[in-house]
Amino acid sequence: MTAPALSVRNMSKAFRAVQALEDVSLDIHRGQVTALLGDNGAGKSTLVKCIAGVYQPDSGTVSIDGETHRISSPDVARTLGVETVHQNLSLIDSLNVVENLFLNREYTRGGSFGSRIGLLHKRRMSRECQATLARLGISIPSLRKPVGLLSGGQRQAIAIGRAVAWGQKIVLLDEPAAALGVEQAQRVLDLIVALRDADVAVLLITHNMDRVTQVCDGAVVLRRGRKAAEVKVDQVTKDDLVAFITGAKTTDSGT
Amino acid sequence: MRVHVRAGARLKRAWARRSEDGGYRQYVVYLAFVSILAVFALMLWDDGFLSWSNLLNIGRQAAPIAVMAVGMAFALASAEIDLSIGSTVALSSLVAAAAVGNYGFFIGALAAVGVGAAVGLANGLITVKVRIPSFLVTLGTLGIISGIARNMNNLQSMPIRSDAFSALFGAGSLGPISSLVIWTAIVFAIGHFALHHLRWGRHVLATGANRASAKAAGLSTDRIRISALMVSSVAASFAGVLLAGRLAIGRHDLGENDLLTVIAAVVIGGTSLFGGRASVAGAVTGALIMAMLNNGLILMGLEVADQLIARGLIIIVAVALSMRTPSESVGDDVP
Ligand SMILES: Nc1ncnc2c1ncn2[C@@H]1O[C@H](COP(=O)(O)OP(=O)(O)OP(=O)(O)O)[C@@H](O)[C@H]1O
Ligand SMILES: [Mg+2]
Repeated sequence: MTAPALSVRNMSKAFRAVQALEDVSLDIHRGQVTALLGDNGAGKSTLVKCIAGVYQPDSGTVSIDGETHRISSPDVARTLGVETVHQNLSLIDSLNVVENLFLNREYTRGGSFGSRIGLLHKRRMSRECQATLARLGISIPSLRKPVGLLSGGQRQAIAIGRAVAWGQKIVLLDEPAAALGVEQAQRVLDLIVALRDADVAVLLITHNMDRVTQVCDGAVVLRRGRKAAEVKVDQVTKDDLVAFITGAKTTDSGT
Repeated sequence: MRVHVRAGARLKRAWARRSEDGGYRQYVVYLAFVSILAVFALMLWDDGFLSWSNLLNIGRQAAPIAVMAVGMAFALASAEIDLSIGSTVALSSLVAAAAVGNYGFFIGALAAVGVGAAVGLANGLITVKVRIPSFLVTLGTLGIISGIARNMNNLQSMPIRSDAFSALFGAGSLGPISSLVIWTAIVFAIGHFALHHLRWGRHVLATGANRASAKAAGLSTDRIRISALMVSSVAASFAGVLLAGRLAIGRHDLGENDLLTVIAAVVIGGTSLFGGRASVAGAVTGALIMAMLNNGLILMGLEVADQLIARGLIIIVAVALSMRTPSESVGDDVP
């Protein structure tokens, strides 16, 4: 048995009086999609932000491939191979598609001097942006448009494209299909499946139970900041999942 | 031949790109420049508005404003603002004057720019670490620096007796072109390059547009904001060097009244007051517009009071045109 790709232990996080996360533990594995479920305000986004280095948890640890790390910033998370699509922090509206895709990953030219001063290699980024989006089946009318002028679905697609383009080993997706039309949402599910098949560990936050049964292997349910259930998707029904989310039903299969 | 074709295609691409990402907003400043130039040229033909010496005059006047404007464009791009530039100009002119006397022109200029770097670092650190809006921090440092400058030589101006300093930073010229104009061109080139071709410039824009997202993408937004405020102060201190060079003095009130002119120049140039969008070329053109207005309205023989009113009205119109909200400009982008 190999170590989980990502394992969270006893994580807690409070915002003043609000205990957003309390003693949450979960594992996600390579080649699997794990759903993270819960009602509004259950703490899902907070958990993702703690893993991604956006927030610092009050207590608890994050291990990647069995090794515990302190994720002190989003940069550290990235370096460790964790890529995130946040619920609403993903893109910079006034930058264009290429600039967003390569934000903080810019290619430079001019050798080591160029890389020291950060001389942008714009042409290469344009080219690779086009190639990447094409590879992911994302079609955007113009890569030069500020993403603020694109539709919600197009923006979402770019945000996901950015997360999956880099061959990371762990991808966290916070409601990636929320703003998408039917066809685009299906695209996203295809992308997720492709990631899974490429042996990436995926954590998928969603409110859509159909998606859970379609693509997820396991599911973790949060309720008021605590873990309410941890199940294998093929052993429960959608109704069970909903019951866990609303608190109508509880288990303790997680330990 | 091939080269021409390629250049043509590049221009066309650049144009397409431009009209896609900002609408026509960013051209307002150039249009305003040309129109104001044309109006003054016609109205003031006999007063020699277009004479070489008058144009040079305008250029000399615009130079320190343009240099400050380039710096301010970066502060605004990062969604900060620097109100302390005027007093930074004064303090660095005095420091330059003091240092030139003892250590020569090079150390003099270096010391002045060092003052700018220190002021910017202080502004940035307080803004970021104490979490006070830069608007208030720099309002405070504006007062502090201004006080220090006043104390430095008991409100007296400090003469600069270095021909090298004056020639290099103000009075001299290369052929027919004043060294002030040359320095401004250099500052413009560096600023433009940094904004559009360096990772740092892009990160400044990202931070200014949406700090939370920029942070989530892993940018060290604190460091970026500090650096943007430092650029603004360093530019202001260099403007202080240019003023000191032109006038051959350091004085506590140099630059004192330039803050609003600089902000107007930058905003007319298409830089957003709220971060995320900036234009260095626009800022320099805005500074030229301001200097041209000053010069033209004086040549027209307006009273000082009427000059102020006319200038204010023109600025409002220009800013209104260049600041249309993005939602309106969306219409421009639909093919
Ligand atoms: N930055 C913050 N400051 C204060 N409280 C916060 C902050 N972020 C989250 N919270 C609170 O923490 C709790 C959990 O929020 P979180 O965003 O993690 O919920 P969520 O499960 O993602 O909900 P949703 O499904 O609506 O996205 C909520 O009560 C929320 O109000
Ligand atoms: Mg959420």
